[in-house]
Amino acid sequence: MLVLEREGLGRRIDEICARHGRNRSALLPILQELQEAQGWVSDFAMQEVARHLGIHPVEVYSVVTFYAFLNSERKGRFVLRLCRTISCDMRDKDRVARQLEQELGIAFGQTTADGRFTLEWTNCMGMCDQGPALMVNKQIFTQVSPQGVHTILEACRRIYGLYPERSEDDALVSAGALQVAVESQEAHA
Amino acid sequence: MSLKDHSSILFRESRPDEGLRKAVGMKRVDIITAVRESGLKGRGGAGFPTGVKWNFAALAQDTVKYVVCNADEGEPGTFKDRVLLSEKADLVLEGMAIAGRAIGAREGIIYLRGEYDFMRRHLEQVIASREAAHLLGESILGLDGFDFTVRVHMGAGAYVCGEETALIESLEGHRGEPRNRPPFPVNTGYLGHPTCVNNVETLALAARVIALGAEAFAKVGPASSTGTKLFSVSGDCARPGVYEFPMGISIEDLLREVGGEEAKAVQVGGASGTCVPRKAFTRRLAFDDASTGGSIIVFGPKRDMLRVARNFMEFFDEESCGQCTPCRSGNRVLLEGIGKLEQGCCSLSHLQELQALGETMQLASKCGLGQSSPNAFLSIVEHFKDEILARQGA
Repeated sequence: MLVLEREGLGRRIDEICARHGRNRSALLPILQELQEAQGWVSDFAMQEVARHLGIHPVEVYSVVTFYAFLNSERKGRFVLRLCRTISCDMRDKDRVARQLEQELGIAFGQTTADGRFTLEWTNCMGMCDQGPALMVNKQIFTQVSPQGVHTILEACRRIYGLYPERSEDDALVSAGALQVAVESQEAHA
Repeated sequence: MSLKDHSSILFRESRPDEGLRKAVGMKRVDIITAVRESGLKGRGGAGFPTGVKWNFAALAQDTVKYVVCNADEGEPGTFKDRVLLSEKADLVLEGMAIAGRAIGAREGIIYLRGEYDFMRRHLEQVIASREAAHLLGESILGLDGFDFTVRVHMGAGAYVCGEETALIESLEGHRGEPRNRPPFPVNTGYLGHPTCVNNVETLALAARVIALGAEAFAKVGPASSTGTKLFSVSGDCARPGVYEFPMGISIEDLLREVGGEEAKAVQVGGASGTCVPRKAFTRRLAFDDASTGGSIIVFGPKRDMLRVARNFMEFFDEESCGQCTPCRSGNRVLLEGIGKLEQGCCSLSHLQELQALGETMQLASKCGLGQSSPNAFLSIVEHFKDEILARQGA
């Protein structure tokens, strides 16, 4: 990591910690904000957060590695999580899974070489009556068909063209833009 | 939305904040007595009497107390809290404020599962508008000293955090590993203060209990399980969705309502619940019979029950927090056993060992996750033994 980048991230962590309070209870909200901004929580970030909260870095590491939505490794610009639990399984999630793998050329657990997409399984996300369910960053899509996969990925690619880096309000940007992009594609189809 | 209206308590038309307005005029002890006499039990699945829990928290001596709304809805097949929070957030927040007044807490926290991040802004907007209307904040409805604020705390993708002590660990910024009980959260909870953790649906129902009166609530459903229940129905049925039925409805009646008459089995209570075969469809959905936190998964005649069991065990293998051995290793061994059954190379004596292991896990695991994770496997093996063993020697 470049020195400048490090300093920038350090300042940012200082600001986030000041806002949430420098106490242990603030650890998850702090990490969640970092995760959202960076797409992952790096070793350096964990050390900085630990320093601000006055705890050992391994404590922060143990928390980051416990929760599925906090990552200690760099992931793609878009993290695609397909629900594999029973109700979605009974609605043919396997067909959606195969389509995702074919469209992206990667298997579950992998990231595309260009760093755009990470493909993962996730457990029940509470959309059991509308499966199969797919989560793209924070946006949830329901009743996803194999054809729908292509539409969603195209929408992601278009957003990537506009916003190649994660930005401060990335969740809003991607949620809003994804929805609009998918809807407009469906209207044309 | 997906909500099917059979309204009797939660989704019936009602005057907004009727319960809160009544609670302001009641003594704290009378609120708790009303909730206790209503017979309301926790809707998250465990079924602990809500009035008793509130009473413990009210009796605890401390100047700082908390009300936590458990919205970490992660049980496979459960989505009623999602619907409740998106359509009836006001009612849930009303219930939280009533709980706050009853136990003497000034602060409430909604622990919302990470997957439901899309609801966060909506909830925060409802909180803000209630503050503006003096239904939250300081001197609620003009009552001096009735202060109660609510904030939303996001989970980060861990099923075990639905267990109340794991949830508190997570709130405190730790790994979501369940604590030993006792001490119970009502005495020693969030940051060591008395904390009342209630399910979303429980809090909403508590608000209705105060509005309608304990007697009217207790009239619905059998004596052991009063009131109505939200059921999240998914799987092989014509009309999946969220339904409100009186407690004690039989499985066959429910299946008729949702268009799942063909079912060969129903999973009651999600992955940690039990699998009920067709011949037992007269069983009733209540705390003293087939108990559920709301999850009803319907399996049609063609479903492969071993695949179902595998899916559940994969879930627990992944979601076990790893703290205690029976759960961490037991779920892995059961999953491997299912692999053998699938290949048709599982000896009957090994199958018996797996069943014995499942029973050990029920007894020896530290928290509800490990204690209930073998349920699905054990009930599927019990009721569908012929189907499962048909692969042997094939």
